[in-house]
Amino acid sequence: MEEVIRLPKLGEPAPDFEAPTTHGTIRLDDYKGSWLILFSHPADFTPVCTTEFMAFAQIYPELQKRGVELLGISVDSITSHIAWVRNIEEKMGMKIPFPIIADLNKEVSQLYGMVHPGQSKTETVRCVFVIDPNKTVRAMLYYPLTTGRNMDEILRLVTALQTTDEHKVATPANWRPGDMVIVPPPLTAESAEERLKQGYECVDWYLCKKKL
Amino acid sequence: MACVSPDGKPTESGMKILNSLAAGAKSAEDVAADTGRPLYAVRSGLRELAGAEMVAEKGEGYELSPQGKELISS
Repeated sequence: MEEVIRLPKLGEPAPDFEAPTTHGTIRLDDYKGSWLILFSHPADFTPVCTTEFMAFAQIYPELQKRGVELLGISVDSITSHIAWVRNIEEKMGMKIPFPIIADLNKEVSQLYGMVHPGQSKTETVRCVFVIDPNKTVRAMLYYPLTTGRNMDEILRLVTALQTTDEHKVATPANWRPGDMVIVPPPLTAESAEERLKQGYECVDWYLCKKKL
Repeated sequence: MACVSPDGKPTESGMKILNSLAAGAKSAEDVAADTGRPLYAVRSGLRELAGAEMVAEKGEGYELSPQGKELISS
């Protein structure tokens, strides 16, 4: 029978877990009240993953300023994770400050649909789950084994989600902090008429922007 | 960071949490504010210390267990 891969859905609760990590046993609940980026990598001691881990470590201070924690995961063992982060520190001078789940039995990987047999039957692909302080899945990215992720986009994505929550707005294509944001579309003909008088920068009634 | 070593003794991180509780912290949030450690790590650490009976749950918070008090005073 063909294996069905279960994927979390946006706007739904993130699947709970308790897992061994390089920082001890961690539960999803431990992150309640903080934003969390849960990200998977295919395997320790592989080149693309090593560049990604260094890049995640580089953006970690920026993420922390935004109240965001990082949690890595792969199907490698704790011993392998420890050896790898020590190697990254020794050879590349980069300390990996966040925990990494050792998901040897693929329990968490399967909950989050991180193993895609078309890519690899044994490794996790490059997933990113952005989980908000209420443990709701807010964004998901899936990259193939061959392509390292873009940290600027991950920072931008989290910042956009937080801006949306704080100001009840949406963000346009290629939005960057400081750019104008989109005022949510009106839901009645009356409010469509009114918004044209509210000083927004409007292309038409359904596409209005404002500065924050 | 792990708070209890394989030989059952508190690690440096574990001792920081125990000292924080001894100084009056009553919740994971208090300990995080006192030690500067991330909240997730404190929650995980407190659970580990409770499993090793160095910390006891008290309502929704925590306090040192008799064993934890002994460790602090030794």
